[in-house]
Amino acid sequence: MNPLHPLAKSSTGIQGLDELTGGGVPQGRPTLVCGGAGCGKTLLGMQFLVHGALHAGEPGVFMAFEETAADLAQNVASLGIDLDDLSARGLLAVDFVRLDHSEMEHSGDYDLEGLFIRLSYLIDRSGAKRVVLDTIETLFGALPNPGIVRSELRRLFRWLKDKGVTTVITGERGSDPGMLTRHGLEEYVSDCVIVLDHRVTGMVSSRRLRVVKYRGSTHCTNEYPFLIGESGISVLPVTSLGLQHRVSDARIPSGVPGLDTMLDGRGFYRGSSVLVSGTAGTGKSSLAAHVAAAACARGERVLYFPFEESSGQIIRNMASIGIDLARWVELGLLQFRAARPTQAGLEMHLATMLKQIAAFDPQVVVVDPLNSFVTVGNEDDVKLMLLRLVDTLKDRQTTGFFTSLTAGGDGLERTDIAVSSLIDTWLLVRDIENGGERNRGLYILKSRGMPHSNQIREFAITSHGIALRDAYSGPGGVLTGSARLAQEAQELATQVLREQEIRRQQDELGRRRGTMEAQICAMREEFAAMEKETRTLIAQSRTSEALLLQDRRAMAQSRMSEAR
Amino acid sequence: MSKPALPVAGESEFVLRLYVAGQTPRSLRAVANMQRICAETLDGSYRLEVIDLYQQPQLAEGEQIVAVPALIKRLPMPLRMVIGDMSDVDRVLVGLDLLPRT
Repeated sequence: MNPLHPLAKSSTGIQGLDELTGGGVPQGRPTLVCGGAGCGKTLLGMQFLVHGALHAGEPGVFMAFEETAADLAQNVASLGIDLDDLSARGLLAVDFVRLDHSEMEHSGDYDLEGLFIRLSYLIDRSGAKRVVLDTIETLFGALPNPGIVRSELRRLFRWLKDKGVTTVITGERGSDPGMLTRHGLEEYVSDCVIVLDHRVTGMVSSRRLRVVKYRGSTHCTNEYPFLIGESGISVLPVTSLGLQHRVSDARIPSGVPGLDTMLDGRGFYRGSSVLVSGTAGTGKSSLAAHVAAAACARGERVLYFPFEESSGQIIRNMASIGIDLARWVELGLLQFRAARPTQAGLEMHLATMLKQIAAFDPQVVVVDPLNSFVTVGNEDDVKLMLLRLVDTLKDRQTTGFFTSLTAGGDGLERTDIAVSSLIDTWLLVRDIENGGERNRGLYILKSRGMPHSNQIREFAITSHGIALRDAYSGPGGVLTGSARLAQEAQELATQVLREQEIRRQQDELGRRRGTMEAQICAMREEFAAMEKETRTLIAQSRTSEALLLQDRRAMAQSRMSEAR
Repeated sequence: MSKPALPVAGESEFVLRLYVAGQTPRSLRAVANMQRICAETLDGSYRLEVIDLYQQPQLAEGEQIVAVPALIKRLPMPLRMVIGDMSDVDRVLVGLDLLPRT
């Protein structure tokens, strides 16, 4: 293919599909759309034709092998497509090919020239540029000798290509996993193959689309969820949203002053995603209501998606803790969009939410709770959906406030849906059981891009909203509620006792000192007495010695006189 | 398999249309075969019309023609279709309700 003349493409008008294929299906070539029953093949073909007829100036021919023209018209009327009007204006011709095996006998050789003539007649009459053959494989069941059908179909596709019409051929997915279609149509239609899938997991269906092959063009090969909504098929490619959000330095208060203090004194970043997770009854919804009310009080719009309570119930419950949400609803700043998670598949929920977000243009979006979606999809799907939701919100600079219910006993610091990586600020509310009470503690698990408190604060729900209190933290661990009060009283008592003890010890010391001093005095007196006595003794002893000496001398003198 | 008695001439006339696409050997073969079968079995009580779809393409849709050659028995009721070059006479007769379906 000459790179200077890239493949021309025909826009399908299907949101997302044109993005995946870089502009649509190959122009003037056949494209195979295959999938199981009820996966949306016919609708895709019809949308392709209607878009061509209304927006691309390309009339179309729809050749139906399974549904009558009247049925088709009725089926697509719910999507706002008026087939009768389009046919009357010569923009779209519908031809129902009825193949009734029971009315047909087969005698010898045949070909499908009749089909060629019909198609050629319709194309030439309306100047059609687009053709849909829905589901042409029916021919295999209706006509004998599959070899003839096979070679005739091969001829048909070549003929369509020569005619330069862009064709969408639908094919039923067969039971053979190696084949995309029951009769191997993919062998003949090799330019572009799109596979639709409709699977049911846990009683909830989800639809997927994948571009298996696109000759001469790059394309996204992943599976993408798509949904059939009021405006037909829309595919939701994840990749269309990159990681290129603008970021804001602006901060928004949470509505709970104590929490703002924990978050660097200024609250969340605008456009960030905030998750509050915790076990049942820990006050997650109350926190969400605070955030919503605070935003409304700033004059911002808040879109609240409750998935477990009705809006009336939330308004009543929040009124009991002093948050008046009804006022903001009346003022049009707050909108509730309650839905049961099981009401629709994930993609449907996402599309509805995105549509409502686009319509209301809120500054804050609350989803309460996130993990109710796990009941309708598996974790991977839910994560993907949240990724798209978070991406969209960030792209719009909308603050997302999500709650997540953690099962008791589970690791608290893990959400059921493993969305932590998508979350900028993660608050954790937990029960603290102590002294026959359950109290709530709140702490910040993470908060990207700001210094934040590492403290566990007691989280009390009062009649005038949420209050954060300093939790007691001492040698006995973290104490909350009446245990905290008791502990504080106990500390006071202990302190009084200690002071009394000190005083007592001081008194004791004084007394001892007195005793000791008295003893010293007595000893000193005793010593003085002893000293005196001793000195007298010494004096007496010296006197007697002197006397003795005197006596001896006298004796000696007398003896000498005798001896001499 | 025993052949049922042929319908009495005049009692029920056969109105047959043979749709072909151009003068291809297959088309010509189908026309020749059909003329022979009619002459041999319908005892003059029939009308066989040969229509070239290239000349009248708008008829293909109304008659629900996909495969050609295609023979349509319009009368007697019910409507029947036989496709192919009509080389298998028994199948054609089944299509004309002259032989029981197997």
